Amino acid sequence: MISFSECSARERLALLLDADSFHEWLPPALKLTSPHLAQLGVPASFDDGVAIGRATLAGRPVFVAAQEGQFMGGGVGEVHGAKLVGWLQRALRDRPDAVLLLAESGGVRLHEANAGLIAVSEVMRALLDVRAAGIPVVVLIGGTGGCFGGMGIVARCADHIIMSDIGRLAMSGPEVIEASHGVEEFDSRDRALVWRTTGGKHRWLTGDCDALVEDDVSAFREAAIAAITALDASHPVTLERLEAEHARLSARLDFQGAEAIELWAALGLPDAARIPDLDVAAVTALGAR
Amino acid sequence: MDWQHLATQLFGAEHGIRRDGDFLHGEVSFDGEMLTVLGTTDHAPIGVQLALAQARVVLDTVARHPGRALLLLIDTQGQQLRRRDELLGINRAMAHLGMCLDLARRRGHRVLGLVYDQALSGGFITSGLIADACDAVPEAEIRVMRLPAMARVTKLPESMLAELSKDNPVFAPGVDNYVAMGGVRRLWEGDFQAALRDALAQAPTVDRRAEDGAARGGRRHAADVIQRVLQAV
Repeated sequence: MISFSECSARERLALLLDADSFHEWLPPALKLTSPHLAQLGVPASFDDGVAIGRATLAGRPVFVAAQEGQFMGGGVGEVHGAKLVGWLQRALRDRPDAVLLLAESGGVRLHEANAGLIAVSEVMRALLDVRAAGIPVVVLIGGTGGCFGGMGIVARCADHIIMSDIGRLAMSGPEVIEASHGVEEFDSRDRALVWRTTGGKHRWLTGDCDALVEDDVSAFREAAIAAITALDASHPVTLERLEAEHARLSARLDFQGAEAIELWAALGLPDAARIPDLDVAAVTALGAR
Repeated sequence: MDWQHLATQLFGAEHGIRRDGDFLHGEVSFDGEMLTVLGTTDHAPIGVQLALAQARVVLDTVARHPGRALLLLIDTQGQQLRRRDELLGINRAMAHLGMCLDLARRRGHRVLGLVYDQALSGGFITSGLIADACDAVPEAEIRVMRLPAMARVTKLPESMLAELSKDNPVFAPGVDNYVAMGGVRRLWEGDFQAALRDALAQAPTVDRRAEDGAARGGRRHAADVIQRVLQAV
């Protein structure tokens, strides 16, 4: 077992995809760095924190991208975002069997915030173009940095999300909420609280992710293969589907409170207080609500 | 600018746009054509509820009024920073709003954004920034964060950021910077009715913001990087 969370973005790609099948576009050798970080005197990365390319997965042609959480928290800057947009536009042109995004990002890179914000919205539109063309988009979330901010929105625009219990999917980080509304609103140092509010188990139980796996690269690989096999085409975004989504999300507002254990109990899950202690298999067995 | 003042300038005193809390919505007549107006006011934080309220209006318009244009009136302080909203999946609710607007576009509705007061980060991505085009009034404020906060986060001196901001729109808040980067198409100056008329007549269905940013000199790399990815061997 190799920990997905402890791998770098490139290690994840090497282990997740068919051996030696990853072909990278704009690789680090081209030294495509952020000009804005250079202006600030901040160290740059030769891939601006994201690797993009094509590969095969179980023999099928796929496009893959992986964000590097160790560089600027996976934050989306101008170049990083444009690489993702170009990669998605290329998918629209070349029509791979599926598009896989290994997301690990705090969202917009604050050092180049304005460009990053626009870039995230461009990624979102390009992703929805890919889906509309019938190409399924799968997002994998298992890095220690989680998937936050605009990338948390982008992830939920995909067909399918695979998470580990270490993975987190949300909008604002707990530190930001604590800074804004106080430690009694969200204690960012209470790891158990943070994970039961935004972690993979909670997202699985509420249907915010489609597969929950162990923090293991081969488990992610198996789940990704299962996803692209099941998703022969993207689920089209139709009015009927969005109405169903609307009803589902509206029903959530009936719950009054902010505590995950109370929410799980309200969903009818047995022994809700013990869920954080269960392993992935046991949580998976509880089923999504 | 005050939303009532804006609505009156655009659609007359009997504009028919209602305010429920921070949520604005209504059906208005403009040049003999009906438009759906939706948005927020009072620098509203966008949480699950407010994202869903807006999505409801979009879905109803798509279902009942095929092809009718949607006008988004934007004034937000960004996403709601609450644990409850995170627990309930605020990112999913925002994605839902964005996908409703995207569906409307694909079904032939024009989707126009107007930042009439303030637009910030998460509250902006699934409204104005997912529209066909987003315009703004000159006094609008658009940003992710102010320079003092950015200085804290990046641990760089604020004076350095301020100096760099003079020539690089990437760093500093400001509606002009968003125009230069292509994120805002144009500013509404003078006759607002004429500006809306132009906006309705020119609603691009493809995303041209990276090209606009390159042509205007505010975002010099994005369009080039996209092309390089498309051409890479």
